[in-house]
Amino acid sequence: MKIGVLCSRIRVEEKLLFEAFEQRRLPFDRIDDREVVFDLQQPSLPYDVVLERCLHHSRALYALKVLNDCGVPTVNRYEVALTCGDKINTSTALAAAGVPSPRTLMAFTPESALRAIETLGYPVVLKPAIGSWGRLLAKISDRDAAEALLEHKETLGSYQHAIFYIQEYVDKPARDIRSFVVGDETIGAIYRESDHWITNTARGGRARNCPVTPEIDQLSRAAARAVGGGVLAIDILEHADGLLVSEVNYTMEFRNSIETTGVDIPGRILDYVVAVGRGAIPAEAVPA
Amino acid sequence: MTIVVMTASCPECAAAVKLAQDVEKGEIVQCAECGAELEVFETSPVELRLAPEEEEDWGE
Repeated sequence: MKIGVLCSRIRVEEKLLFEAFEQRRLPFDRIDDREVVFDLQQPSLPYDVVLERCLHHSRALYALKVLNDCGVPTVNRYEVALTCGDKINTSTALAAAGVPSPRTLMAFTPESALRAIETLGYPVVLKPAIGSWGRLLAKISDRDAAEALLEHKETLGSYQHAIFYIQEYVDKPARDIRSFVVGDETIGAIYRESDHWITNTARGGRARNCPVTPEIDQLSRAAARAVGGGVLAIDILEHADGLLVSEVNYTMEFRNSIETTGVDIPGRILDYVVAVGRGAIPAEAVPA
Repeated sequence: MTIVVMTASCPECAAAVKLAQDVEKGEIVQCAECGAELEVFETSPVELRLAPEEEEDWGE
């Protein structure tokens, strides 16, 4: 089987995945997204499966598009990256599948965004539609802050920052839940604990094992199905009325979660990649 | 335990940066002298460059 790993910067996760490949004596080609050239008319991509581990969402997206269009199965698929890499697409996919998520409004001008913010009521959270690691999230507590932030985003940001993604603030218990889904199995979960309202481990959130309850399992798998399935990390908020899915990550980081959960996450990812490469999991399959 | 087997020059301060045997091309290391984030640009022989600044579409 010819396996490719599309990547650029080698994070701890990629090193762990490479080690897992070596332990299984599975050869793989590293496809560096800074060096690769794709021929869009006559693509020559002789792989049975490609594991995508890019740092750049935009590179991942276009590379997956070319790979999938010429018949190469990937983990994850282009449509999954398209849905998960943009929070607006994620929210609509979750809503269409009936997966509970925080109430979210979208607006295109500072005036309509202010109206949307005040429809939800303070505090609200503004997030860039495309972005990760808790970057550029803003919790807005009053109209003065809202007006200033909206003006700044429109004036100083790229055009994408004037697509306003406005979400209810969930008053969670100093933590959120990150679960890991591979195929149709929730393989583990962690609490991400922080005194700050942003709980990303990239921003200092501490990881602690979270038992996978039937509720977490069911919600995680439903969220994974909603975005098209594959290898996914689901961010879950504990709302007073129940669990809500806030985001789904398609190139998940897991360095803090292997010892925490006791689950061989890179090994499970590799098993899935090999199964996709063998055709045991059809490229278009969405777990039932 | 990581075994230090080689060193390379820091492009920022010229200090000798210690590297593990299994260092990968594309990995990020930090210079113990000046604190600069460095990317392993080549492994044979080892060449370090200043790591790129985080970009807006980076993430998971």
